[in-house]
Amino acid sequence: MVLSRDEVLHVARLARLTLKEEEVDLFTRQLNDILSYMAQLREVDTEGVPPMAHALTAFNVFREDEVTLGLPREAALANAPDREEGGFVVPRVI
Amino acid sequence: MATDLCCLTISQLLPLFVQRQVSPVEVTQSFLERIARLDPELKAYLTVDGEGALSQAREAEARYARGEAGPLDGVPLALKDVLATKGLRTTCASRILEHFVPPFDATVVARLREAGAVFLGKVNMDEFAMGSSTENSAFGVTHNPWARDRIPGGSSGGSAAAVAADLCTASLGSDTGGSIRQPASHCGVVGLKPTYGRVSRFGLVAYASSLDQIGPLTKEVRDAALLLEVIAGHDPRDSTSAMVAVPNYLEKLGEEIKGVKIGVPREYFGEGLDPEVEAAVRAALKTLSDLGGEILEVSLPHTSYAVATYYIIAMAEASSNLARYDGVKYGARQKARTLMEMYTQTRTAGFGPEVRRRIMLGTYTLSAGYYEAYYRKASQVRTLIRRDFDQAFETCAVLATPVAPTPAFRLGEKVSDPLTMYLSDIFTISANLAGIPGISLPCGISREGLPIGLQLLGPPFGEPQILKVAYAFEKATDFHRRKPPLP
Repeated sequence: MVLSRDEVLHVARLARLTLKEEEVDLFTRQLNDILSYMAQLREVDTEGVPPMAHALTAFNVFREDEVTLGLPREAALANAPDREEGGFVVPRVI
Repeated sequence: MATDLCCLTISQLLPLFVQRQVSPVEVTQSFLERIARLDPELKAYLTVDGEGALSQAREAEARYARGEAGPLDGVPLALKDVLATKGLRTTCASRILEHFVPPFDATVVARLREAGAVFLGKVNMDEFAMGSSTENSAFGVTHNPWARDRIPGGSSGGSAAAVAADLCTASLGSDTGGSIRQPASHCGVVGLKPTYGRVSRFGLVAYASSLDQIGPLTKEVRDAALLLEVIAGHDPRDSTSAMVAVPNYLEKLGEEIKGVKIGVPREYFGEGLDPEVEAAVRAALKTLSDLGGEILEVSLPHTSYAVATYYIIAMAEASSNLARYDGVKYGARQKARTLMEMYTQTRTAGFGPEVRRRIMLGTYTLSAGYYEAYYRKASQVRTLIRRDFDQAFETCAVLATPVAPTPAFRLGEKVSDPLTMYLSDIFTISANLAGIPGISLPCGISREGLPIGLQLLGPPFGEPQILKVAYAFEKATDFHRRKPPLP
Protein backbone atom coordinates (compact mmCIF):
# COMPACT_ATOMS: atom_id res chain seq x y z
CA MET A 1 0.00 0.00 0.00
CA VAL A 2 1.23 3.44 -0.95
CA LEU A 3 -1.19 5.33 1.29
CA SER A 4 -2.29 4.30 4.76
CA ARG A 5 -5.73 5.02 6.16
CA ASP A 6 -4.30 7.84 8.27
CA GLU A 7 -2.55 9.36 5.28
CA VAL A 8 -5.81 9.32 3.35
CA LEU A 9 -7.44 11.27 6.18
CA HIS A 10 -4.50 13.68 6.21
CA VAL A 11 -4.78 14.31 2.44
CA ALA A 12 -8.53 14.88 2.85
CA ARG A 13 -7.77 17.54 5.48
CA LEU A 14 -5.24 19.21 3.19
CA ALA A 15 -7.89 19.30 0.46
CA ARG A 16 -10.48 20.73 2.90
CA LEU A 17 -12.66 17.63 2.62
CA THR A 18 -13.98 15.16 5.15
CA LEU A 19 -14.75 11.50 4.53
CA LYS A 20 -17.67 9.69 6.06
CA GLU A 21 -16.65 6.73 8.19
CA GLU A 22 -17.92 4.23 5.60
CA GLU A 23 -16.03 6.04 2.82
CA VAL A 24 -12.58 5.87 4.40
CA ASP A 25 -11.83 2.24 3.55
CA LEU A 26 -13.32 2.53 0.07
CA PHE A 27 -11.27 5.66 -0.70
CA THR A 28 -8.13 4.10 0.77
CA ARG A 29 -8.50 1.09 -1.53
CA GLN A 30 -9.39 3.13 -4.62
CA LEU A 31 -6.64 5.73 -4.16
CA ASN A 32 -4.10 2.95 -3.64
CA ASP A 33 -5.23 1.12 -6.80
CA ILE A 34 -4.85 4.31 -8.82
CA LEU A 35 -1.48 5.30 -7.30
CA SER A 36 -0.11 1.78 -7.88
CA TYR A 37 -1.16 2.03 -11.52
CA MET A 38 0.53 5.43 -11.79
CA ALA A 39 3.74 3.97 -10.40
CA GLN A 40 4.42 2.32 -13.78
CA LEU A 41 5.88 5.66 -14.91
CA ARG A 42 8.97 4.73 -12.88
CA GLU A 43 9.91 2.37 -15.73
CA VAL A 44 10.32 5.25 -18.17
CA ASP A 45 13.80 6.67 -18.62
CA THR A 46 13.32 10.43 -18.35
CA GLU A 47 16.96 11.34 -17.72
CA GLY A 48 17.53 14.79 -19.23
CA VAL A 49 13.95 15.09 -20.58
CA PRO A 50 12.53 18.56 -19.92
CA PRO A 51 9.10 18.61 -18.26
CA MET A 52 6.20 19.86 -20.38
CA ALA A 53 3.73 22.05 -18.52
CA HIS A 54 1.87 23.25 -21.56
CA ALA A 55 1.09 22.27 -25.14
CA LEU A 56 2.07 25.62 -26.58
CA THR A 57 5.35 27.39 -26.02
CA ALA A 58 4.62 29.65 -23.08
CA PHE A 59 5.34 33.33 -23.47
CA ASN A 60 4.55 36.43 -21.49
CA VAL A 61 1.46 38.35 -22.48
CA PHE A 62 1.67 42.10 -22.07
CA ARG A 63 -0.94 44.77 -22.53
CA GLU A 64 -1.21 48.48 -22.01
CA ASP A 65 -2.02 49.38 -18.41
CA GLU A 66 -5.39 50.90 -19.20
CA VAL A 67 -8.34 51.25 -16.90
CA THR A 68 -11.28 49.18 -18.14
CA LEU A 69 -14.64 48.37 -16.60
CA GLY A 70 -14.64 45.31 -14.34
CA LEU A 71 -17.63 43.30 -13.20
CA PRO A 72 -20.12 45.70 -11.56
CA ARG A 73 -20.35 45.16 -7.79
CA GLU A 74 -23.99 44.07 -7.91
CA ALA A 75 -23.23 41.40 -10.55
CA ALA A 76 -20.22 40.17 -8.58
CA LEU A 77 -22.33 39.82 -5.44
CA ALA A 78 -25.37 38.30 -7.14
CA ASN A 79 -24.35 34.68 -6.41
CA ALA A 80 -23.03 35.33 -2.90
CA PRO A 81 -24.29 32.87 -0.27
CA ASP A 82 -24.19 35.67 2.31
CA ARG A 83 -23.58 39.40 1.82
CA GLU A 84 -23.74 42.65 3.68
CA GLU A 85 -22.96 46.27 2.83
CA GLY A 86 -21.49 45.45 -0.57
CA GLY A 87 -19.21 42.66 0.66
CA PHE A 88 -19.11 38.88 1.15
CA VAL A 89 -19.86 37.67 4.66
CA VAL A 90 -17.98 34.71 6.16
CA PRO A 91 -17.93 33.20 9.66
CA ARG A 92 -15.86 35.17 12.17
CA VAL A 93 -12.12 34.65 11.58
CA ILE A 94 -10.60 36.40 14.59
CA MET B 1 -42.50 17.98 -41.05
CA ALA B 2 -41.97 19.16 -37.48
CA THR B 3 -39.75 16.21 -36.58
CA ASP B 4 -37.96 16.36 -39.94
CA LEU B 5 -36.77 19.87 -39.09
CA CYS B 6 -34.95 18.44 -36.08
CA CYS B 7 -32.96 16.01 -38.28
CA LEU B 8 -31.47 18.74 -40.46
CA THR B 9 -27.82 19.74 -40.31
CA ILE B 10 -26.66 23.34 -39.99
CA SER B 11 -25.72 23.42 -43.66
CA GLN B 12 -29.21 22.16 -44.59
CA LEU B 13 -31.02 24.59 -42.29
CA LEU B 14 -29.25 27.81 -43.27
CA PRO B 15 -30.40 27.91 -46.94
CA LEU B 16 -33.98 27.15 -45.83
CA PHE B 17 -33.82 30.17 -43.50
CA VAL B 18 -32.28 32.38 -46.17
CA GLN B 19 -34.93 31.39 -48.71
CA ARG B 20 -37.57 31.96 -46.00
CA GLN B 21 -38.97 28.44 -46.50
CA VAL B 22 -38.62 27.67 -42.82
CA SER B 23 -38.43 30.10 -39.93
CA PRO B 24 -36.11 29.85 -36.92
CA VAL B 25 -39.16 30.08 -34.62
CA GLU B 26 -40.77 27.08 -36.30
CA VAL B 27 -37.56 25.04 -35.97
CA THR B 28 -37.04 26.05 -32.35
CA GLN B 29 -40.63 25.11 -31.56
CA SER B 30 -40.15 21.70 -33.17
CA PHE B 31 -37.12 21.10 -30.99
CA LEU B 32 -38.90 22.18 -27.82
CA GLU B 33 -41.75 19.78 -28.61
CA ARG B 34 -39.34 16.95 -29.36
CA ILE B 35 -37.40 17.62 -26.16
CA ALA B 36 -40.65 17.58 -24.16
CA ARG B 37 -41.55 14.24 -25.78
CA LEU B 38 -38.23 12.38 -25.69
CA ASP B 39 -36.02 13.94 -23.06
CA PRO B 40 -37.89 12.77 -19.97
CA GLU B 41 -36.53 9.34 -20.92
CA LEU B 42 -33.11 10.24 -22.33
CA LYS B 43 -32.30 13.04 -19.85
CA ALA B 44 -29.79 14.84 -22.05
CA TYR B 45 -30.83 18.31 -20.83
CA LEU B 46 -30.26 19.78 -17.37
CA THR B 47 -31.95 23.08 -18.23
CA VAL B 48 -34.28 23.79 -21.15
CA ASP B 49 -34.64 27.51 -21.80
CA GLY B 50 -37.76 27.49 -23.97
CA GLU B 51 -38.63 31.13 -23.45
CA GLY B 52 -35.09 32.34 -24.10
CA ALA B 53 -34.73 30.15 -27.18
CA LEU B 54 -37.99 31.36 -28.70
CA SER B 55 -37.10 34.99 -28.10
CA GLN B 56 -33.65 34.45 -29.70
CA ALA B 57 -35.37 32.68 -32.63
CA ARG B 58 -37.76 35.63 -33.11
CA GLU B 59 -34.78 38.01 -33.21
CA ALA B 60 -33.09 35.72 -35.76
CA GLU B 61 -36.24 35.74 -37.84
CA ALA B 62 -36.28 39.53 -37.80
CA ARG B 63 -32.67 39.62 -38.97
CA TYR B 64 -33.51 37.32 -41.89
CA ALA B 65 -36.42 39.61 -42.76
CA ARG B 66 -34.04 42.59 -42.78
CA GLY B 67 -31.38 40.65 -44.71
CA GLU B 68 -28.86 41.04 -41.86
CA ALA B 69 -28.47 37.42 -40.79
CA GLY B 70 -25.26 36.17 -39.18
CA PRO B 71 -23.40 32.98 -40.16
CA LEU B 72 -25.37 30.75 -37.73
CA ASP B 73 -28.54 32.78 -37.52
CA GLY B 74 -31.47 30.84 -36.10
CA VAL B 75 -29.56 27.56 -35.61
CA PRO B 76 -30.71 25.84 -32.38
CA LEU B 77 -27.82 24.58 -30.27
CA ALA B 78 -27.37 22.84 -26.91
CA LEU B 79 -24.47 23.86 -24.68
CA LYS B 80 -22.62 21.59 -22.29
CA ASP B 81 -23.35 22.88 -18.79
CA VAL B 82 -19.65 23.66 -18.26
CA LEU B 83 -19.93 26.84 -20.39
CA ALA B 84 -20.94 30.06 -18.68
CA THR B 85 -24.17 31.55 -20.05
CA LYS B 86 -25.10 35.01 -18.85
CA GLY B 87 -28.32 34.89 -16.86
CA LEU B 88 -28.81 31.13 -17.44
CA ARG B 89 -27.98 28.64 -14.69
CA THR B 90 -24.63 26.89 -15.20
CA THR B 91 -24.20 23.92 -12.87
CA CYS B 92 -21.28 21.86 -14.19
CA ALA B 93 -23.57 18.98 -13.08
CA SER B 94 -22.45 19.68 -9.51
CA ARG B 95 -24.43 20.37 -6.34
CA ILE B 96 -21.91 23.06 -5.47
CA LEU B 97 -22.99 25.13 -8.51
CA GLU B 98 -26.63 23.99 -8.55
CA HIS B 99 -28.00 27.54 -8.41
CA PHE B 100 -25.12 29.43 -9.99
CA VAL B 101 -26.19 32.03 -12.56
CA PRO B 102 -23.14 33.45 -14.36
CA PRO B 103 -22.89 37.24 -14.71
CA PHE B 104 -21.08 36.81 -18.07
CA ASP B 105 -20.97 34.67 -21.21
CA ALA B 106 -18.09 32.35 -22.06
CA THR B 107 -16.26 33.74 -25.10
CA VAL B 108 -17.52 30.86 -27.28
CA VAL B 109 -21.09 31.58 -26.16
CA ALA B 110 -20.67 35.28 -26.94
CA ARG B 111 -19.31 34.42 -30.39
CA LEU B 112 -22.21 32.06 -31.12
CA ARG B 113 -24.69 34.72 -29.95
CA GLU B 114 -23.01 37.25 -32.22
CA ALA B 115 -23.38 34.73 -35.10
CA GLY B 116 -27.12 34.48 -34.37
CA ALA B 117 -27.33 31.03 -32.75
CA VAL B 118 -30.34 30.03 -30.64
CA PHE B 119 -29.63 28.28 -27.31
CA LEU B 120 -32.16 25.57 -26.45
CA GLY B 121 -30.56 24.88 -23.09
CA LYS B 122 -27.74 23.30 -21.12
CA VAL B 123 -26.92 19.61 -21.36
CA ASN B 124 -25.72 16.97 -18.92
CA MET B 125 -22.13 15.92 -18.25
CA ASP B 126 -19.97 14.24 -15.65
CA GLU B 127 -19.57 16.56 -12.65
CA PHE B 128 -16.85 19.12 -13.50
CA ALA B 129 -16.23 17.09 -16.70
CA MET B 130 -14.60 14.33 -14.64
CA GLY B 131 -15.70 11.02 -16.08
CA SER B 132 -16.21 8.93 -19.19
CA SER B 133 -19.88 7.98 -18.90
CA THR B 134 -21.89 11.02 -17.63
CA GLU B 135 -22.79 8.82 -14.63
CA ASN B 136 -20.91 11.23 -12.35
CA SER B 137 -23.52 13.96 -12.89
CA ALA B 138 -25.08 15.04 -9.60
CA PHE B 139 -28.41 15.36 -11.43
CA GLY B 140 -28.88 11.87 -12.86
CA VAL B 141 -27.62 9.78 -15.75
CA THR B 142 -28.17 10.39 -19.46
CA HIS B 143 -29.17 7.39 -21.56
CA ASN B 144 -27.61 6.44 -24.88
CA PRO B 145 -30.27 7.03 -27.58
CA TRP B 146 -29.15 3.83 -29.35
CA ALA B 147 -29.72 1.62 -26.30
CA ARG B 148 -31.34 2.97 -23.15
CA ASP B 149 -29.33 0.69 -20.85
CA ARG B 150 -26.00 2.04 -22.15
CA ILE B 151 -23.94 5.08 -21.23
CA PRO B 152 -23.79 7.92 -23.78
CA GLY B 153 -20.07 8.32 -23.07
CA GLY B 154 -18.60 11.26 -21.22
CA SER B 155 -17.97 13.72 -20.05
CA SER B 156 -19.95 15.50 -22.84
CA GLY B 157 -22.60 12.74 -22.77
CA GLY B 158 -25.55 15.14 -22.81
CA SER B 159 -24.17 16.90 -25.90
CA ALA B 160 -23.63 13.64 -27.82
CA ALA B 161 -27.01 12.18 -26.83
CA ALA B 162 -28.83 15.42 -27.73
CA VAL B 163 -27.21 15.58 -31.19
CA ALA B 164 -27.80 11.85 -31.85
CA ALA B 165 -31.46 12.01 -30.75
CA ASP B 166 -32.10 15.18 -32.80
CA LEU B 167 -32.80 17.20 -29.66
CA CYS B 168 -30.62 20.02 -31.08
CA THR B 169 -28.99 20.78 -34.42
CA ALA B 170 -25.51 20.71 -32.89
CA SER B 171 -23.80 21.16 -29.53
CA LEU B 172 -20.64 22.43 -27.92
CA GLY B 173 -18.74 20.21 -25.50
CA SER B 174 -15.35 20.26 -23.84
CA ASP B 175 -12.55 17.70 -24.13
CA THR B 176 -9.85 17.26 -21.47
CA GLY B 177 -9.05 13.59 -22.13
CA GLY B 178 -11.53 12.56 -24.82
CA SER B 179 -14.72 14.10 -23.46
CA ILE B 180 -15.93 15.25 -26.89
CA ARG B 181 -14.60 12.40 -29.07
CA GLN B 182 -15.56 9.40 -26.91
CA PRO B 183 -19.24 10.33 -26.40
CA ALA B 184 -19.47 11.31 -30.09
CA SER B 185 -18.20 7.82 -30.94
CA HIS B 186 -20.64 6.11 -28.55
CA CYS B 187 -23.62 8.06 -29.88
CA GLY B 188 -22.75 7.91 -33.60
CA VAL B 189 -22.11 11.64 -34.18
CA VAL B 190 -19.12 13.80 -35.14
CA GLY B 191 -16.98 15.33 -32.37
CA LEU B 192 -14.01 17.64 -32.85
CA LYS B 193 -11.39 18.54 -30.23
CA PRO B 194 -9.38 21.46 -31.59
CA THR B 195 -5.67 22.12 -31.04
CA TYR B 196 -4.93 23.41 -27.52
CA GLY B 197 -5.19 27.20 -27.75
CA ARG B 198 -7.32 27.20 -30.93
CA VAL B 199 -10.49 28.13 -28.99
CA SER B 200 -10.68 30.50 -26.01
CA ARG B 201 -11.34 28.83 -22.67
CA PHE B 202 -12.68 32.01 -21.05
CA GLY B 203 -15.94 31.06 -19.31
CA LEU B 204 -15.27 27.32 -19.54
CA VAL B 205 -15.37 26.07 -15.94
CA ALA B 206 -11.80 24.85 -15.43
CA TYR B 207 -10.95 21.20 -14.84
CA ALA B 208 -7.34 20.75 -16.07
CA SER B 209 -6.27 23.99 -17.67
CA SER B 210 -3.33 22.69 -19.72
CA LEU B 211 -5.58 20.06 -21.34
CA ASP B 212 -9.12 21.54 -21.57
CA GLN B 213 -10.42 22.57 -24.97
CA ILE B 214 -13.92 23.44 -26.25
CA GLY B 215 -15.22 21.96 -29.49
CA PRO B 216 -18.33 21.03 -31.51
CA LEU B 217 -20.46 17.86 -31.63
CA THR B 218 -22.46 17.71 -34.85
CA LYS B 219 -24.42 15.45 -37.21
CA GLU B 220 -21.86 15.87 -40.02
CA VAL B 221 -18.23 16.86 -40.56
CA ARG B 222 -19.16 20.01 -42.45
CA ASP B 223 -21.09 21.36 -39.46
CA ALA B 224 -18.08 20.80 -37.20
CA ALA B 225 -15.99 22.92 -39.59
CA LEU B 226 -18.67 25.62 -39.64
CA LEU B 227 -18.93 25.82 -35.85
CA LEU B 228 -15.18 25.74 -35.32
CA GLU B 229 -14.75 28.68 -37.64
CA VAL B 230 -17.15 30.75 -35.50
CA ILE B 231 -15.65 29.85 -32.11
CA ALA B 232 -11.91 29.73 -32.99
CA GLY B 233 -9.43 32.56 -32.63
CA HIS B 234 -7.43 34.59 -30.15
CA ASP B 235 -9.21 36.10 -27.16
CA PRO B 236 -7.53 38.73 -24.96
CA ARG B 237 -9.35 37.16 -21.99
CA ASP B 238 -7.50 33.84 -22.41
CA SER B 239 -3.75 34.34 -22.60
CA THR B 240 -3.31 30.71 -23.71
CA SER B 241 -5.49 31.22 -26.78
CA ALA B 242 -3.17 31.15 -29.78
CA MET B 243 -2.30 34.16 -31.93
CA VAL B 244 -2.71 32.03 -35.04
CA ALA B 245 -4.99 33.16 -37.88
CA VAL B 246 -8.21 31.15 -38.27
CA PRO B 247 -8.32 29.52 -41.71
CA ASN B 248 -11.45 28.92 -43.77
CA TYR B 249 -12.23 25.41 -42.57
CA LEU B 250 -14.78 24.75 -45.32
CA GLU B 251 -12.33 25.49 -48.08
CA LYS B 252 -10.49 22.17 -48.13
CA LEU B 253 -13.63 20.04 -47.67
CA GLY B 254 -14.28 18.11 -50.87
CA GLU B 255 -10.64 18.07 -51.94
CA GLU B 256 -9.41 14.61 -52.90
CA ILE B 257 -7.27 12.72 -50.45
CA LYS B 258 -5.16 11.02 -53.11
CA GLY B 259 -1.61 10.58 -51.81
CA VAL B 260 -2.43 11.86 -48.31
CA LYS B 261 -0.28 9.90 -45.87
CA ILE B 262 -2.40 8.34 -43.13
CA GLY B 263 -0.44 6.82 -40.25
CA VAL B 264 -1.79 3.90 -38.25
CA PRO B 265 -0.10 3.66 -34.83
CA ARG B 266 0.44 -0.02 -34.09
CA GLU B 267 0.15 0.51 -30.32
CA TYR B 268 -3.55 1.37 -30.79
CA PHE B 269 -4.43 -2.09 -32.08
CA GLY B 270 -3.35 -4.34 -29.27
CA GLU B 271 -4.82 -6.18 -26.34
CA GLY B 272 -8.11 -4.87 -24.98
CA LEU B 273 -9.41 -3.63 -28.32
CA ASP B 274 -12.84 -5.10 -29.02
CA PRO B 275 -12.73 -7.23 -32.23
CA GLU B 276 -15.79 -5.50 -33.66
CA VAL B 277 -14.24 -2.06 -33.09
CA GLU B 278 -11.00 -3.24 -34.68
CA ALA B 279 -12.88 -4.65 -37.70
CA ALA B 280 -14.83 -1.40 -38.19
CA VAL B 281 -11.67 0.74 -37.95
CA ARG B 282 -9.74 -1.57 -40.31
CA ALA B 283 -12.63 -1.37 -42.78
CA ALA B 284 -12.49 2.42 -42.49
CA LEU B 285 -8.77 2.32 -43.30
CA LYS B 286 -9.58 0.25 -46.40
CA THR B 287 -12.13 2.90 -47.44
CA LEU B 288 -9.55 5.67 -46.96
CA SER B 289 -7.06 3.65 -48.99
CA ASP B 290 -9.65 3.13 -51.77
CA LEU B 291 -10.08 6.91 -51.82
CA GLY B 292 -6.37 7.27 -52.58
CA GLY B 293 -5.02 7.72 -49.05
CA GLU B 294 -1.64 6.16 -48.43
CA ILE B 295 -1.85 3.99 -45.31
CA LEU B 296 1.39 3.41 -43.41
CA GLU B 297 2.12 1.86 -40.05
CA VAL B 298 3.78 4.12 -37.48
CA SER B 299 4.78 3.78 -33.84
CA LEU B 300 3.91 5.93 -30.82
CA PRO B 301 6.09 4.05 -28.34
CA HIS B 302 4.96 5.82 -25.14
CA THR B 303 1.24 5.14 -25.68
CA SER B 304 0.96 2.66 -22.81
CA TYR B 305 2.07 5.36 -20.34
CA ALA B 306 -0.51 7.91 -21.46
CA VAL B 307 -3.27 6.99 -18.99
CA ALA B 308 -1.02 7.22 -15.93
CA THR B 309 0.57 10.44 -17.21
CA TYR B 310 -2.78 12.00 -17.99
CA TYR B 311 -4.42 11.25 -14.67
CA ILE B 312 -1.47 12.54 -12.63
CA ILE B 313 -1.44 15.83 -14.54
CA ALA B 314 -5.22 16.24 -14.77
CA MET B 315 -5.79 15.53 -11.08
CA ALA B 316 -2.98 17.86 -10.00
CA GLU B 317 -4.44 20.68 -12.06
CA ALA B 318 -7.95 19.85 -10.84
CA SER B 319 -6.98 19.97 -7.17
CA SER B 320 -5.63 23.46 -7.73
CA ASN B 321 -8.50 24.69 -9.95
CA LEU B 322 -11.23 23.41 -7.64
CA ALA B 323 -9.73 25.10 -4.58
CA ARG B 324 -11.90 28.08 -5.57
CA TYR B 325 -15.09 26.32 -4.42
CA ASP B 326 -14.96 27.49 -0.84
CA GLY B 327 -18.50 28.77 -0.36
CA VAL B 328 -17.44 32.42 -0.11
CA LYS B 329 -18.30 34.22 -3.35
CA TYR B 330 -20.74 31.82 -5.03
CA GLY B 331 -22.03 28.29 -4.76
CA ALA B 332 -23.91 26.34 -2.15
CA ARG B 333 -22.51 27.14 1.32
CA GLN B 334 -22.90 24.93 4.36
CA LYS B 335 -23.45 26.85 7.58
CA ALA B 336 -20.69 26.43 10.16
CA ARG B 337 -19.21 28.15 13.21
CA THR B 338 -15.70 28.67 11.90
CA LEU B 339 -14.31 29.57 8.50
CA MET B 340 -12.36 26.30 8.27
CA GLU B 341 -15.44 24.23 9.06
CA MET B 342 -17.40 26.21 6.52
CA TYR B 343 -14.83 25.41 3.78
CA THR B 344 -14.66 21.74 4.65
CA GLN B 345 -18.38 21.16 5.03
CA THR B 346 -19.20 23.17 1.90
CA ARG B 347 -16.76 21.17 -0.22
CA THR B 348 -17.71 17.81 1.28
CA ALA B 349 -21.42 18.38 0.70
CA GLY B 350 -20.95 20.04 -2.68
CA PHE B 351 -18.66 17.60 -4.52
CA GLY B 352 -19.53 14.05 -5.61
CA PRO B 353 -17.24 11.07 -4.95
CA GLU B 354 -15.27 11.16 -8.23
CA VAL B 355 -14.51 14.86 -7.86
CA ARG B 356 -13.37 14.32 -4.29
CA ARG B 357 -11.17 11.38 -5.37
CA ARG B 358 -9.47 13.46 -8.03
CA ILE B 359 -8.97 16.47 -5.75
CA MET B 360 -7.43 14.20 -3.11
CA LEU B 361 -5.12 12.42 -5.56
CA GLY B 362 -4.04 15.76 -7.02
CA THR B 363 -3.45 17.16 -3.55
CA TYR B 364 -1.34 14.11 -2.69
CA THR B 365 0.78 14.07 -5.88
CA LEU B 366 1.55 17.78 -5.50
CA SER B 367 2.35 17.59 -1.80
CA ALA B 368 5.86 17.98 -0.40
CA GLY B 369 7.97 14.89 -0.96
CA TYR B 370 5.82 13.40 -3.73
CA TYR B 371 5.93 16.13 -6.37
CA GLU B 372 9.09 14.81 -8.09
CA ALA B 373 7.87 11.20 -8.24
CA TYR B 374 4.46 12.02 -9.66
CA TYR B 375 3.87 15.45 -11.18
CA ARG B 376 7.38 16.15 -12.42
CA LYS B 377 7.81 12.61 -13.73
CA ALA B 378 4.46 12.77 -15.55
CA SER B 379 5.40 16.15 -17.07
CA GLN B 380 8.57 14.58 -18.45
CA VAL B 381 6.72 11.58 -19.89
CA ARG B 382 4.32 14.09 -21.42
CA THR B 383 7.27 15.53 -23.37
CA LEU B 384 8.08 12.04 -24.65
CA ILE B 385 4.46 11.50 -25.72
CA ARG B 386 4.51 14.82 -27.56
CA ARG B 387 7.80 13.85 -29.27
CA ASP B 388 6.23 10.56 -30.44
CA PHE B 389 3.57 12.57 -32.25
CA ASP B 390 6.04 15.12 -33.64
CA GLN B 391 7.98 12.27 -35.15
CA ALA B 392 4.91 10.55 -36.60
CA PHE B 393 3.77 13.82 -38.20
CA GLU B 394 7.12 14.18 -39.94
CA THR B 395 5.96 11.43 -42.28
CA CYS B 396 2.15 11.48 -41.94
CA ALA B 397 -0.47 14.16 -42.53
CA VAL B 398 -2.95 12.52 -40.17
CA LEU B 399 -3.15 9.47 -37.89
CA ALA B 400 -6.14 7.10 -37.86
CA THR B 401 -7.11 5.14 -34.74
CA PRO B 402 -10.09 3.79 -32.81
CA VAL B 403 -11.76 6.28 -30.43
CA ALA B 404 -12.66 3.90 -27.62
CA PRO B 405 -11.67 0.26 -27.03
CA THR B 406 -15.29 -0.93 -26.94
CA PRO B 407 -18.72 0.36 -27.98
CA ALA B 408 -20.76 2.05 -25.23
CA PHE B 409 -20.74 -0.02 -22.05
CA ARG B 410 -23.73 -0.59 -19.76
CA LEU B 411 -24.90 1.95 -17.21
CA GLY B 412 -23.45 0.96 -13.84
CA GLU B 413 -20.86 -1.39 -15.38
CA LYS B 414 -17.73 0.57 -14.43
CA VAL B 415 -18.94 3.25 -12.07
CA SER B 416 -17.75 1.52 -8.90
CA ASP B 417 -14.26 0.89 -10.30
CA PRO B 418 -12.62 4.23 -11.15
CA LEU B 419 -9.37 2.74 -12.52
CA THR B 420 -11.21 0.57 -15.07
CA MET B 421 -13.18 3.64 -16.11
CA TYR B 422 -9.91 5.61 -16.60
CA LEU B 423 -8.49 2.86 -18.82
CA SER B 424 -11.36 3.32 -21.29
CA ASP B 425 -9.79 6.71 -22.22
CA ILE B 426 -6.61 5.10 -23.56
CA PHE B 427 -6.96 6.19 -27.22
CA THR B 428 -8.10 9.77 -26.68
CA ILE B 429 -5.98 11.20 -23.87
CA SER B 430 -2.66 11.36 -25.72
CA ALA B 431 -4.04 14.07 -28.01
CA ASN B 432 -4.77 16.27 -24.98
CA LEU B 433 -1.33 15.68 -23.49
CA ALA B 434 0.29 16.59 -26.83
CA GLY B 435 -2.15 19.46 -27.47
CA ILE B 436 -3.05 18.20 -30.96
CA PRO B 437 -6.46 18.20 -32.69
CA GLY B 438 -8.62 15.11 -33.11
CA ILE B 439 -11.97 14.25 -34.64
CA SER B 440 -14.27 11.30 -34.03
CA LEU B 441 -16.69 10.25 -36.75
CA PRO B 442 -19.05 7.29 -37.21
CA CYS B 443 -17.47 4.30 -39.00
CA GLY B 444 -19.56 1.30 -38.03
CA ILE B 445 -22.36 -0.30 -36.04
CA SER B 446 -21.80 -3.29 -33.77
CA ARG B 447 -23.93 -6.46 -33.96
CA GLU B 448 -25.81 -5.16 -30.92
CA GLY B 449 -26.63 -1.99 -32.84
CA LEU B 450 -24.15 0.35 -31.13
CA PRO B 451 -22.17 3.00 -33.04
CA ILE B 452 -18.40 2.72 -33.49
CA GLY B 453 -16.14 5.71 -34.15
CA LEU B 454 -12.99 6.43 -36.12
CA GLN B 455 -10.49 8.94 -34.73
CA LEU B 456 -8.32 11.12 -36.96
CA LEU B 457 -5.50 13.07 -35.30
CA GLY B 458 -3.49 15.91 -36.83
CA PRO B 459 -0.45 18.01 -35.95
CA PRO B 460 -0.96 21.30 -34.03
CA PHE B 461 -3.35 23.54 -36.03
CA GLY B 462 -3.86 20.66 -38.49
CA GLU B 463 -7.66 20.94 -38.28
CA PRO B 464 -7.98 21.60 -42.06
CA GLN B 465 -6.34 18.29 -42.93
CA ILE B 466 -8.24 16.13 -40.44
CA LEU B 467 -11.50 17.75 -41.54
CA LYS B 468 -10.63 17.09 -45.16
CA VAL B 469 -9.91 13.38 -44.59
CA ALA B 470 -12.98 13.04 -42.33
CA TYR B 471 -15.19 14.68 -44.96
CA ALA B 472 -13.87 12.40 -47.70
CA PHE B 473 -14.61 9.35 -45.53
CA GLU B 474 -18.07 10.61 -44.68
CA LYS B 475 -18.94 11.20 -48.34
CA ALA B 476 -17.92 7.65 -49.19
CA THR B 477 -19.97 6.05 -46.39
CA ASP B 478 -23.42 6.37 -44.83
CA PHE B 479 -22.75 5.68 -41.14
CA HIS B 480 -23.41 9.32 -40.24
CA ARG B 481 -26.94 9.03 -41.67
CA ARG B 482 -27.95 6.11 -39.43
CA LYS B 483 -30.34 7.13 -36.71
CA PRO B 484 -30.95 5.60 -33.28
CA PRO B 485 -34.26 3.73 -32.81
CA LEU B 486 -36.45 6.39 -31.14
CA PRO B 487 -40.23 6.59 -30.82
